[in-house]
Amino acid sequence: MLRTLSRSDWLLMAIFTAIVVTLPWTMQPIGAAYPDLLQKFAIYGIFAIGFNILFGLTGYLSFGHAAFLGVGSYAAVWSFKLLTMNVLPALAFSVLIAGVFAFLIGYVSLRRSGIYFSILTLAFAQMSYNLAYSVLTPITNGETGLQTRAIRQSAEISLRDGDIRIIDQALGIQEFGVPITNLFGMKMSGYPGFYFCAVMLIVCFFVALCISRSNFGMMLKAIKSNQNRLNYTGIHTRPYLIAAFVISGMYAGLAGSLLAITDPIAGAERMQWTASGEVVLMTILGGVGTLVGPVLGAGLIKYAEQKVSSWNEGILNSAFSFLPDGAQAFFVELFSFFVGEGWHLTLGFMFMVIVIFLPGGLMEGFRRIGRAFNRARRSEGGRTTVAANTPAQERG
Amino acid sequence: MDAIFLQVLNGLDKGGAYALIALGLTLVFGTLGVVNFAHGALFMLGAFCAVTLNNVFNISYERISETEKDFLGNPLKEQVPILQDWVGPDVAAFLIDWSVPLSIILAVIAMAIIGVAMERGLIKHFYKRPHADQILVTFGLAIVLQEIIRHYFGANPIPQPAPDAFSGAANVGALVGLGSNVIYPWWRLVYFLFSAMVIFGVFAFLRFTTFGMVVRAGMQDRETVGLLGINIERRFTIVFGLAAVVAGMAGAMYTPILPPDYHMGMNFLVLSFVVVVVGGMGSLEGAVLAGFLLGILQSFASMTEVKAILPGIDQIIIYLVAVIVLLTLPRGLMGRRGIAED
Repeated sequence: MLRTLSRSDWLLMAIFTAIVVTLPWTMQPIGAAYPDLLQKFAIYGIFAIGFNILFGLTGYLSFGHAAFLGVGSYAAVWSFKLLTMNVLPALAFSVLIAGVFAFLIGYVSLRRSGIYFSILTLAFAQMSYNLAYSVLTPITNGETGLQTRAIRQSAEISLRDGDIRIIDQALGIQEFGVPITNLFGMKMSGYPGFYFCAVMLIVCFFVALCISRSNFGMMLKAIKSNQNRLNYTGIHTRPYLIAAFVISGMYAGLAGSLLAITDPIAGAERMQWTASGEVVLMTILGGVGTLVGPVLGAGLIKYAEQKVSSWNEGILNSAFSFLPDGAQAFFVELFSFFVGEGWHLTLGFMFMVIVIFLPGGLMEGFRRIGRAFNRARRSEGGRTTVAANTPAQERG
Repeated sequence: MDAIFLQVLNGLDKGGAYALIALGLTLVFGTLGVVNFAHGALFMLGAFCAVTLNNVFNISYERISETEKDFLGNPLKEQVPILQDWVGPDVAAFLIDWSVPLSIILAVIAMAIIGVAMERGLIKHFYKRPHADQILVTFGLAIVLQEIIRHYFGANPIPQPAPDAFSGAANVGALVGLGSNVIYPWWRLVYFLFSAMVIFGVFAFLRFTTFGMVVRAGMQDRETVGLLGINIERRFTIVFGLAAVVAGMAGAMYTPILPPDYHMGMNFLVLSFVVVVVGGMGSLEGAVLAGFLLGILQSFASMTEVKAILPGIDQIIIYLVAVIVLLTLPRGLMGRRGIAED
């Protein structure tokens, strides 16, 4: 499989790794260099990469991907509660559970395509969300959310309120106060937590790259461009679709477990359909079907969320203080719609603007700029570079 | 028997709301070929028309009361609706009491404007784009609309009273001769009748007018209708406006049953989509039938007896039905061949 990667792929991989690893420094000037936010970049990047494997490659728009994120979170927290605070079992456990869950849902949903598929996935996600709030409360702890606790002292305390952590107990690991997730003793909060997520992001990116370059990936793209023709040539597409759906569900499960690792609490609101909409937006914003796009989109959205929702009128006033009084009041009034509590309004507008004007996302935008630049250079009498560049651009 | 009858009644008002929203969704989908995720937001806007009208009627100024005094004998201040000075206390009291039914007028005007503006300004440009793009852009629009409402009306539900005449409960059992155990709120009956009337009106409009005939022809084959020299685009605008008006009226009348808040549209939208899919994309009769059917099913599923056997069934019944229907009857209950079979 590795042989299918060209030299430019390895270059892309190297650049991507370098950028991710140096995020704590490069994000300094824009005020995003703190571990909480960086972790979110990486985690939602993974989520979006996974979503893109389904939506970008096969064109099947799932509106219920947040369900897998939620399931991954719950699985991870249960692993912390029952087995050990070590993160590796939690990761494995979440990915496995999310994969099984995705297989079940995918097996049913993928019988239909188009809008019907979107609505089926949406229905399943809403079903999981509603169940998590009602009947499954013993597993999900309802509205309070599932979280890790101290080791329980007697068997009468329910597992929700007291943990057992069999492996940690057997190994004789001592706990003081609130249990903290760790990787063989290294605490998974702050920068170590970020680097753990970053390593995961890089691995996930690499796997996605391999998938998109492999025969399997080609098959998925073929499904997107013309499924009927594939059927006529005698290829049964459903196994490929199910595989893509399960892989993308496992990515979401992994992202969910990383959310639980960096902050060991899982709530059902992660499964709500607005959360599914958010990952769609991330992918669209960055560029559907591109490799880097979804990560870029995830980072941008999380950054904007953090920043825009923390602004208030005071900041706006100082930002527009160079204007005359009347104009300042007007602009502050206007922009106060969009900041703080109004962050979702900004999000909605972003959604619309991107879909209307730039359906290919930011990557499409970059490509257009690049093309315009090339054309300008060529018309100046330079050599033709477009023909040489186009295939490589389509790959990126 | 009483219990069953009561559950059927319980399902009717909710089913009415589902049916009205699903009707608009189907109408838009069948004619314009657009999947409108902002339709729930239109329902919500309609509900806030009722809130607005009530607020407007209640705009008051403060004056010193002539009759009321506090325990020291000083005159108290009282709030007087401006309306009272304009039309007299009796009419003012009547208008405030009947603000919810009256708000239908406001909803019709406002939603017609919003609907036409939406179609001309946004939806028009998405006829040729893939369904995924339509879903995404209208989803964005829905977020924008609901956030604007939240900015002005806050995040909390705002209860709206039904008119006094309908505020009590009706002894429906005695009316139909089933004993006196079947007690049911008047307003919900009104809502059911109202939704039945609107549905009937829309169907009659499509069936018996020339305009409706063109729209039905457009649902069958848009291109041919266009080739016959009929300006189908302008009619589409009107159809979209009509769907918006239906959703708006449904929302305005629903406010006494469910206090409106800014995300009620989203909750109803997901369910209405399920309703449309169960009924069959592009089938108006299917949408109405599925709306009432699912409303009634949901109320049966929330009976304690049923919940004792299948816990949590009330939460998921609609989705479960949708999954089963989609897998067994790919076109829904009454879907037609050739609609959205990509």
